[in-house]
Amino acid sequence: MAHPLQRQAEIVELSPVGGHHRLVLRAEGIAERVLPGHFVAVAVGGPDSSMLLRRSFFIHRADPTAETIEVVFAEQGRGTRELARCRPGDTLDIVAPLGNAFSVPSGAVSALLVAGGYGSAPMFALADLIRAQGGSVGFILGAATGDRLFGVEEARALTPDVLVTTEDGSVGIRGRVTLPLTEAMRAIEAGVVYACGPTDLLEAVAETATAEGVRCFTAVEEDMACGIGVCMTCVLPVVGDDGVSRFARACVEGPCFDGSRVRWDEVGTIPADIEGAAAMGVH
Amino acid sequence: MATTPRLGALDPAAVDLTAPFGGGTLPNPVSTASGCAGYGREIAKFQPLAELGSITTRTIMPYPRAGRATPRMAETPSGMLNGIGLQGSGIEHFVEHELPWLAERGARVLVSIAGERVEEFAECARLLNGRPGVIGLEANLSCPDVDNRGLVFACNPATSYDVVQAVREVADPVLPVYAKLTADVTSITDVAKACVKAGADGLSMINTLLGIVIDTDTLRPHLTGTSGGLSGPAIRPVAVRCVHQVHAAMRAGEFAAVPILGMGGIRTGLDALQFVLAGASGVAVGTAIFNDPSAPLRVLDELRAALAARGFAELTDAIGYAHQ
Repeated sequence: MAHPLQRQAEIVELSPVGGHHRLVLRAEGIAERVLPGHFVAVAVGGPDSSMLLRRSFFIHRADPTAETIEVVFAEQGRGTRELARCRPGDTLDIVAPLGNAFSVPSGAVSALLVAGGYGSAPMFALADLIRAQGGSVGFILGAATGDRLFGVEEARALTPDVLVTTEDGSVGIRGRVTLPLTEAMRAIEAGVVYACGPTDLLEAVAETATAEGVRCFTAVEEDMACGIGVCMTCVLPVVGDDGVSRFARACVEGPCFDGSRVRWDEVGTIPADIEGAAAMGVH
Repeated sequence: MATTPRLGALDPAAVDLTAPFGGGTLPNPVSTASGCAGYGREIAKFQPLAELGSITTRTIMPYPRAGRATPRMAETPSGMLNGIGLQGSGIEHFVEHELPWLAERGARVLVSIAGERVEEFAECARLLNGRPGVIGLEANLSCPDVDNRGLVFACNPATSYDVVQAVREVADPVLPVYAKLTADVTSITDVAKACVKAGADGLSMINTLLGIVIDTDTLRPHLTGTSGGLSGPAIRPVAVRCVHQVHAAMRAGEFAAVPILGMGGIRTGLDALQFVLAGASGVAVGTAIFNDPSAPLRVLDELRAALAARGFAELTDAIGYAHQ
């Protein structure tokens, strides 16, 4: 895990992007530490706010020269609504970079990057990294509706191998991102698949990749209160190196997990063989 | 007995923050509240642990415990509701892997222990004797007592007495034993009295308050455990009331006076000062850490400044001052 810093960050830009918001923050010492898959935890409403819990967002871009990081968010609740009301020049208390970044194979690799909605935010820096190592990338970007897509043009600027899906069929293929998945993996001879988005998307991608014998890394979006590893609210069942399953914290053991290690179909339950299940009366 | 503060402000650097703890003292009164600072590793990135008076660990039980399924929390106005379910790898793992790390950093560790039976509290206490870094034990009496219809130990003076007595019996005599009390009782002073009579060297108050959040989309309770513990600034007046009430009972001679570690919604130095004025000798920062990971040391600095601004040359002069 990266060593996070707590900073008062200045809002450099806050603008609409499709159905989302782009937020650019300037803070000393953070951008240079960011790797693809890291996230930032933002306090909303100032030191007297009645909203105590930080809001966490994947870092879309980090620019060490400008000392900025960029995130993409949607208005989903009162915290993000409050955030959307901020203005350039305002400051936000941030903690970043947080979490474990995506594992990236050394050397040239063909990677398929799969994302739902603004889950694509961390994928473009990842694509840059893979390409800088001589590899190549393909994208499947999906959303419920066209305005919920993020980064389609950015992806097309990187590679012609971009598939777009929407559930309402307004843009691209009608259906979910997993629909063209197997075909896309074979078409670009993917050696690794990366996915970011809601749990059902990650589960489906991990299952398909595993069935094809391809490594898969997934960035989860679990609800988290603190982002730094102390509140224990963002856990999901993950198989450890020792073969034992434990509730792992998405914020510090993740958010990027080996997709084959997460017990997707048991997220939100207590698996009977997880460490400490007996003490919870689960046998 | 608190004395009249000097007139006028003092230099904050001159304030003596030495805080009563058990039968001894700590260099300053600020701790972390159990469950809000893990085992210290994460918050150590934001403040040197040795600069805090103490750090209270997450509650540890004798055996591994998975904790509850997610969702485990909901944000509430100026607070949060949590139902983690005491996830942990057990006391042996803590002693082997977490405690040495804390001790190496000079942290003074108040270890929160619990069990579902009285003997399980004692089992944890026994394993902590003679371990470097440990400065005391906090018996988390908010566990359900499996031998008593699943009622929480702290809801009953008799079961609270049993736990404290069992822990006090096996714990190293040099280690203070604190009893952590809940406000979800008819009379917190009755439970406090039982704990002190059983040999508690200090009282921690308060634990989270029981609450329920119902999800208006699913039309069901939001937490998998249905109810959870409410924490954060929303519960501060309840916590200050409890400290005030118990301190008043001690001053009235209803039972022996022991130091109180006050907690419940402390976010600033002035919040901490309220607890001290109500009768707390120490304060613990909890949910505020989720909002501000450097909160414990910030609260300490702010408390020092607040004491100085009010002419208190010593923390001990302010303890219980609101009762004068």
